[in-house]
Amino acid sequence: MLEIKDLHAKVDGKEILKGINLTVNAGDVHAIMGPNGSGKSTLANVLAGKDGYEVTKGTVTYQGASLLELSPEERAWEGVFLAFQYPVEIPGVNNVYLLKAAVNAVRKHRGEPPLDAVEFLALVKEKMKLVKMKEDLLNRAVNEGFSGGEKKRNEIFQMAVLEPRLAILDETDSGLDIDALKIVSEGVNHVRSEERAIILVTHYQRLLDYIKPDHVHVLSNGRIIKSGGPELALELEEKGYDWIKEADAA
Amino acid sequence: MSSNSIEHYVSNYARLQNTLKENWFSEQRESALSLFKQTGFPTTRQENWKYTDVRSIAKKPFSVISETKTTITKDEIDAIRFDKLDCIELVFINGVFSNEHSNTDQLPDGVIISDVARAIENHYELLSRHITHYADNNVSPFTALNTAFVQHGTFVYIPENAIIEKPINLLYLSKEQNEPFASHPRNLVVMEQNTEATLIESYIGLDEADYFTNTVTEVSLADGARLQHYKVQQESLNSYHIGNLNVVQQKNSHMESHSISLGGSLVRNDINSQLAAEGAEIILNGLYMTNGKQHVDNHTRVDHLKPNTLSTENYRGVLNGQSRAVFNGKVIVHKDAQKIEAHQNNANLLLSDDAEIDTKPELEIYADDVKCSHGATVGQLDKDMLFYLRSRAIDEETAKSLLTFAFAEEVINRIKFEPIRNRLEYLVVGQLPDASLIREFTNE
Repeated sequence: MLEIKDLHAKVDGKEILKGINLTVNAGDVHAIMGPNGSGKSTLANVLAGKDGYEVTKGTVTYQGASLLELSPEERAWEGVFLAFQYPVEIPGVNNVYLLKAAVNAVRKHRGEPPLDAVEFLALVKEKMKLVKMKEDLLNRAVNEGFSGGEKKRNEIFQMAVLEPRLAILDETDSGLDIDALKIVSEGVNHVRSEERAIILVTHYQRLLDYIKPDHVHVLSNGRIIKSGGPELALELEEKGYDWIKEADAA
Repeated sequence: MSSNSIEHYVSNYARLQNTLKENWFSEQRESALSLFKQTGFPTTRQENWKYTDVRSIAKKPFSVISETKTTITKDEIDAIRFDKLDCIELVFINGVFSNEHSNTDQLPDGVIISDVARAIENHYELLSRHITHYADNNVSPFTALNTAFVQHGTFVYIPENAIIEKPINLLYLSKEQNEPFASHPRNLVVMEQNTEATLIESYIGLDEADYFTNTVTEVSLADGARLQHYKVQQESLNSYHIGNLNVVQQKNSHMESHSISLGGSLVRNDINSQLAAEGAEIILNGLYMTNGKQHVDNHTRVDHLKPNTLSTENYRGVLNGQSRAVFNGKVIVHKDAQKIEAHQNNANLLLSDDAEIDTKPELEIYADDVKCSHGATVGQLDKDMLFYLRSRAIDEETAKSLLTFAFAEEVINRIKFEPIRNRLEYLVVGQLPDASLIREFTNE
């Protein structure tokens, strides 16, 4: 589904990604772990198409076509979803209207008729239960006045409604208490399926107690320096990132 | 050139004089005209007009008309009316009062709402006590011109303790006629003690006509009077609009002013408010949206003359194309006006590289125990918000419109009266490139 080859990217003239190689198949859950500053969020933002990231080398192929040529909205239409590390507050733009417009923009791209108000509401009600979203948050402005946990839940809620093919979760676990972490994890596990791929970007192993990845990669200094199964995450938890960095340097 | 333009108005005045009856107001006209003869049009050398050059108005020989053959159908008016709003309504076509389209039936006892031309004839006693008392011919040459040339407009008198439930809707409509024309509407609103009313002034161009509207509104609020005032400026993009709103407020009176400026090629809105007794409060709320080569200037001035008075001002601007806007908000706290509160904010959104805003909030404080704040911002659409929306499948143009709407909506949301809020929201959305898409967001 996604093939990243020798990806190099710069931010403000500084090279952050220095040759990433990664293949993600449908049905897979990949965890990308690494210390702060290793390039995890840069990778997530480059995949979602954020401005200010200059890809200097390499390719990203998504469903057989070049992902990097597409605008952020085109990527979303094609089923790419980024759950933000810091979801922005947008005063004056209603949360649920945004979601309805998003759903119907994707449906339009697929040649499907738009959902009407009743169908949409039914979908929203079902997915809300999943992440235990409070109903009043729906009709507020996007993320405005939401607590940190509510913002992250809102991201997972949007993901559940939009049903992406490729979901990238950028440090969704950061700043969550254990109850919120469980709820968010349940949401992610719910959308897990054979047709869908998920990339979890995280600093800590604890998220992986609730979402069991198929593959774990360690990102350091802009490159993936080690890949393995779920046991790699546990090893990291035990020995810290320095162990692997030293091993890589040696 | 300047003397030519003065001569044009002097000879026009002579023509107008022939059509008017000689009466008590003639003297007022004469003195206003002689004042204008001395000053002429303002120039950019004057601080108050530094950023707004009115030579294009001065140069053009707008004709004065006392009657119009231009007709407007009921359907045309219905199209721009506030949807299903039950209101008292006065309609003016190219500055001339249209009895046929107006509706001033069933007014409560003692309430007067009429064309100012009729009021000059019929209500000498009341009018002479108020007209020109709140708008000073010396302050703006345009006010002097208006006083000299006024023919039609609206007189509203609300006697003690009367509450007017229905909004008073003034529709000043303009439409192409054989030559560029000028109109000088004059509105006078006198509200006695403990009265309440809602007044809407709409200035609307129905086509792309070339004309000049020079309007003056005077408002007197006695003790405990409450007025909600709306001005909606949707003049033709080939027109010139100069508007002056002057308010004098007595004890515990309350004024809410909402000014929405969308049309016109060259526009200047002035609001002057005098908080002349304790407990008087004014709320100034404004939105200007400009595009192309429009030039829109908003000047407001609040004089806190007495202690315990309150003013709150929020103006927002959305500028696109090569348009230019000016905001100047002056608050003067006079000596001994202690314990007053004055807050002022002006925020601007620049949607293009060529748009320009000159913003200047000004505070002059001559008392020592006051609470005042002011601020101005100029910015662009937030990149993070834009990316967030696009990552949620919203295309770039719609995302931009949506964020622009959200910015403007902050002003609209301050309007408590729902039919007006809905109508203004509709008009604001209509200014955006993806109006129909944005409506899907707002109409559910």
